[in-house]
Amino acid sequence: MIEILSTGALATVQDLGRAGALRWGVGTAGAMDPLALAAGNILLGNDEGAAGVEVPVFPFRVRFGADTALAITGADVDARLDEQPLLPWVAVQARAGQVLHLSLPRRGAVWPASRAYLCLAGGVDVPAVLGSRSTQLRGAFGGLDGRALRQGDTLRAGAADRQPLAGLGLVPPALAMPLQVDGLPAVRVLPAAEYTHYTEASRAAFWAEPWKITAQSDRYGYRLDGRPLEALAAIEMRSHGIVPGVIQVPPGGQPIVQMRDAQPSGGYPKLGTVIEADLWRLGQAPVGSRVRFVECDWDSALAALAETRRWLDEVHRLVGLQRLQRG
Amino acid sequence: MNTAAAPSTSLLGTSAMLFEAPGETTLPTQQRIWALAREAETWPEVHEAVPGMNNLMLSFTRPPRTLDLLNARLHAAWSTIEPLALQGRVVELPVVYGGEGGPHINDVVAHTGLRIDEIVERHSAPLYPVYALGSHPGYCYLGGMDTRIATPRRKVPVLRIPGGAVSIGGTQTGVSASDGPSGWNTIGCTTMAFFDPARDPPALLQPGDSIRFRVEKVIR
Repeated sequence: MIEILSTGALATVQDLGRAGALRWGVGTAGAMDPLALAAGNILLGNDEGAAGVEVPVFPFRVRFGADTALAITGADVDARLDEQPLLPWVAVQARAGQVLHLSLPRRGAVWPASRAYLCLAGGVDVPAVLGSRSTQLRGAFGGLDGRALRQGDTLRAGAADRQPLAGLGLVPPALAMPLQVDGLPAVRVLPAAEYTHYTEASRAAFWAEPWKITAQSDRYGYRLDGRPLEALAAIEMRSHGIVPGVIQVPPGGQPIVQMRDAQPSGGYPKLGTVIEADLWRLGQAPVGSRVRFVECDWDSALAALAETRRWLDEVHRLVGLQRLQRG
Repeated sequence: MNTAAAPSTSLLGTSAMLFEAPGETTLPTQQRIWALAREAETWPEVHEAVPGMNNLMLSFTRPPRTLDLLNARLHAAWSTIEPLALQGRVVELPVVYGGEGGPHINDVVAHTGLRIDEIVERHSAPLYPVYALGSHPGYCYLGGMDTRIATPRRKVPVLRIPGGAVSIGGTQTGVSASDGPSGWNTIGCTTMAFFDPARDPPALLQPGDSIRFRVEKVIR
């Protein structure tokens, strides 16, 4: 069991998301950085899709009520167990009574990131609702009572079926699979239905210029600031299904990238979609930072997806090797 | 919106694709969308087939290696598919129009030039078929609103409208299933639990069901 001693806004329980409930109007939710959550789980011997705690605001402190193995992945948040500094992306063993302290992500860190994941051996044990433990904030279900965590909340860890490998660490995917353009983090985009409804100059600028992630950005969506996108003519849309990653353009011309808590449907024109393989990069981009968009096609989007899968498979392999060596 | 004569398909990244039917938004077209959803859900690469307003999103179990086959299959299915006339239940919702629960009714008055009573009469007259669910858990997209009370979406969305809010956005009307932001004009309120994750199915209404708004009270 862990007890939340202090938390900022919007720390939530998340797994890899809720698939299969779109027909009831239920969006997927799930970790903004699914690679970080999955990797933390693999380090601990959990299923990749076990639930963890996503922490976007710091400081964040929890006390362990029992001996528990944990891993902190995602942003480098200067994690400390009591006074002992912990390496990021490493599994460690906490003893009952110890306090874990996460601080603001390091400025000038080797990889810029904004969200940390606290993974526990056995996973965070909240009831699965409609097939997932992710917090559905709009529907107020899933996670812990369908809401963000508060001081005084307690979360239980599930039964750990395998011995975690304390001390085993990983190279984060931002270092293993870097993607930058002109020194800025980049994400790849597949054009969507209304792409050609924008002026050529707007489209060219979309790919060529940096976009700032404004303060009006959260798990629902990132509102971007840059040169406004000009439509060739006003576009009337009928409501239709959308997915996280879709880049909508409201009449003002400043795009909004739908993120994990996005509605499952919408009615704004769509310029493109940040590919599934790169959503974790955007999910980690801090408010106020700038990103670049890179046009891609179907085949390279699939290749990128295969690359992230290979990275996770490699994590499995490393952990498996360690298990063998330690007997 | 697809105004061409033929249906169109487009990508939503690698996780889904969108099929859009041509022409005006009609119930017979929606009935073909429902039929296409049933068919497409049996295809191995399709995880979920989710109807929208005269369109259909297919989410992938895993993205197909090439899209040509799936595209061809969608177009072939659409050209032969018959409307699926789902006959569901009729749910009657008592509505208090205007007042605190309908803060934007005067904007509808201003836009349409109609009196409040005329707006209420026209809004409560039809039996509204549920075309699709979306937006948020349990929310229904309805067809069949009288276009004379159509009112554009608000320039600045309202940060929080309550569950049960009855609103008009363009030529559509609907009822919020939970508190949240909205760009639509709220003209009244009702009370109904549209969604309960512990129920099976969790949503009260499904495509083919219908809503009738009963005038409980008009606050002028």
